[in-house]
Amino acid sequence: MDNILKLLKQNARLSNKEIASMTGLTEEAVAAKIKEYESSGVIKGYSAILDDDLADKDNVTCFIAVKVTPTAEFGFDAIAKKILSYKEVESLTLMSGAFDLAVTISGTNYKEIALFVAQRLSTIEGVVSTSTHFFLKRYKDKGFMINADDKDERSFVSP
Amino acid sequence: MMDYDRILSEKCKEIKPSGIRKFFDIANSMEGVISLGVGEPDFATPWSIRSKAIDTLQKGKTVYTANAGLLELRVAISKYLERKYNLKYDPKEDIIITVGGSEAIDLCIRAVVDPGDEVLVVEPSFVCYKPIVDLMHGVPVVIETKPEDNFKLTAEALREKITDKTKLLILPFPNNPTGAILTRPELEAIAEVLRGTNILVLTDEIYSELTYQGKHVSIAEIDGMQERTLYVNGFSKAFAMTGWRLGYVAGPQPLVSQMLKIHQYAIMCSPTVSQYAAIEALENCDKDVQAMVREYDMRRRYIVNAFNELGLDCFEPGGAFYVFPCIKSTGLTSQQFCEDLLYKHKVAVVPGDAFGNCGEGYIRVSYAYSLQHLKTAVEYIGEYLDDLKKNNG
Ligand SMILES: Cc1ncc(COP(=O)(O)O)c(C=O)c1O
Repeated sequence: MDNILKLLKQNARLSNKEIASMTGLTEEAVAAKIKEYESSGVIKGYSAILDDDLADKDNVTCFIAVKVTPTAEFGFDAIAKKILSYKEVESLTLMSGAFDLAVTISGTNYKEIALFVAQRLSTIEGVVSTSTHFFLKRYKDKGFMINADDKDERSFVSP
Repeated sequence: MMDYDRILSEKCKEIKPSGIRKFFDIANSMEGVISLGVGEPDFATPWSIRSKAIDTLQKGKTVYTANAGLLELRVAISKYLERKYNLKYDPKEDIIITVGGSEAIDLCIRAVVDPGDEVLVVEPSFVCYKPIVDLMHGVPVVIETKPEDNFKLTAEALREKITDKTKLLILPFPNNPTGAILTRPELEAIAEVLRGTNILVLTDEIYSELTYQGKHVSIAEIDGMQERTLYVNGFSKAFAMTGWRLGYVAGPQPLVSQMLKIHQYAIMCSPTVSQYAAIEALENCDKDVQAMVREYDMRRRYIVNAFNELGLDCFEPGGAFYVFPCIKSTGLTSQQFCEDLLYKHKVAVVPGDAFGNCGEGYIRVSYAYSLQHLKTAVEYIGEYLDDLKKNNG
């Protein structure tokens, strides 16, 4: 992966100037490169990594394993398109293995999510089964420690 | 009552406590300190090395090794030195596995220094050389490196300090604390001064893998130098293995065989589990090292730039994981600056004079920290400098 992308994945708030100093490129070159990544769709957006429990007490997230039977006229993509149109859906991925689609959904309470699954998700044509798993505690997300102790064991000063 | 003062040797009492100790004590007594003060990697040891150690323990390989260390490891080291620098060392005769580069340095100095012998110590540099020379009743002769030379040892500076009593030159590059490195032409010039003499070189190349401006060159590679060089390296920095306590020395057999006696009586052998793990490090971890070097390099570029923008002149280091910005523009001494910065803005850095008098006017900043941590610390240092300006203006 390009160094600019690596740095932005670590910290999307780095300025072009900082990225330039770290990669040895000029500020203009960095700006141009990022623009290019944005317009070609490599970079989809920028968001903060939150401890959702601290940011919003009324937040429930769950992961739903969805099995589907695609048909000739209604394949994986068509089913996926249907699911991703719901704004509650945070992420949606086609998987290999025991189920087909991995869906994560956030809501304000368990009931809301249960209703979403029952009324919106399971009723989609082609969806055979769903199994819903609630997030209880997140330890690490996108490489960042959420609820884990990442203490520096080194002493403050050493030769 | 015991009179401990009369018990202690004069030489031991004369050793000055490290200039770092004081900052360690202050920082330790404070809450919420942001440190840029450490001399060890922030990475964990690569997994395959740890895994090899676990495997070694599970197999119950927990006995002493040969005094000089596991032959298998010495073979791996000799292959590594050949691969990297085209140097040939006989694993059976020319290499001792030591307890860190630290013990290797101690062994070299103890094996060659007689009372009154002069030892050339390049400064600023790592803190252990002078005290060990002192313990041997040797005479440390300091060669100061200068910012205008990018903190490199020059042939002229070396020539000036050589006398008929000079026995040893300690060559510490890539350098802690300045990050300076020596290129092949610069090493050639130094070699030219030494070749006709009977002066030995102790080259401390513990940061050899962490270089960012071309490939590291060892003084031992230079024509005619291997026979007059004790080569010290270790696993602490390159493989993020500081706690494993493992290093080595390679050199001419007539010296190494004598050094082995000291090692045998003082240490017996280096830690066995660490030795097995180190074989994995040398044989299969090039990729891990490269990844760490890439990460350090990004931080290095970031921090050099950040200090220059803060108005503290900072020369671009070619190796190790330190920068050495000049703080003379603040009108403070290194000690004042560091103490003030620690008390008022809770950032711990090391005063340059801890590495020799000529480090006065500088601070050592380690970038063995995450980018996020570095950014926060730089921000605090910026606030501190603004406060200083306000108070002075
Ligand atoms: C220049 C230099 N040499 C030697 C050492 C000793 O390292 P170790 O004994 O961990 O190999 C250090 C450690 O900080 C160092 O900076």
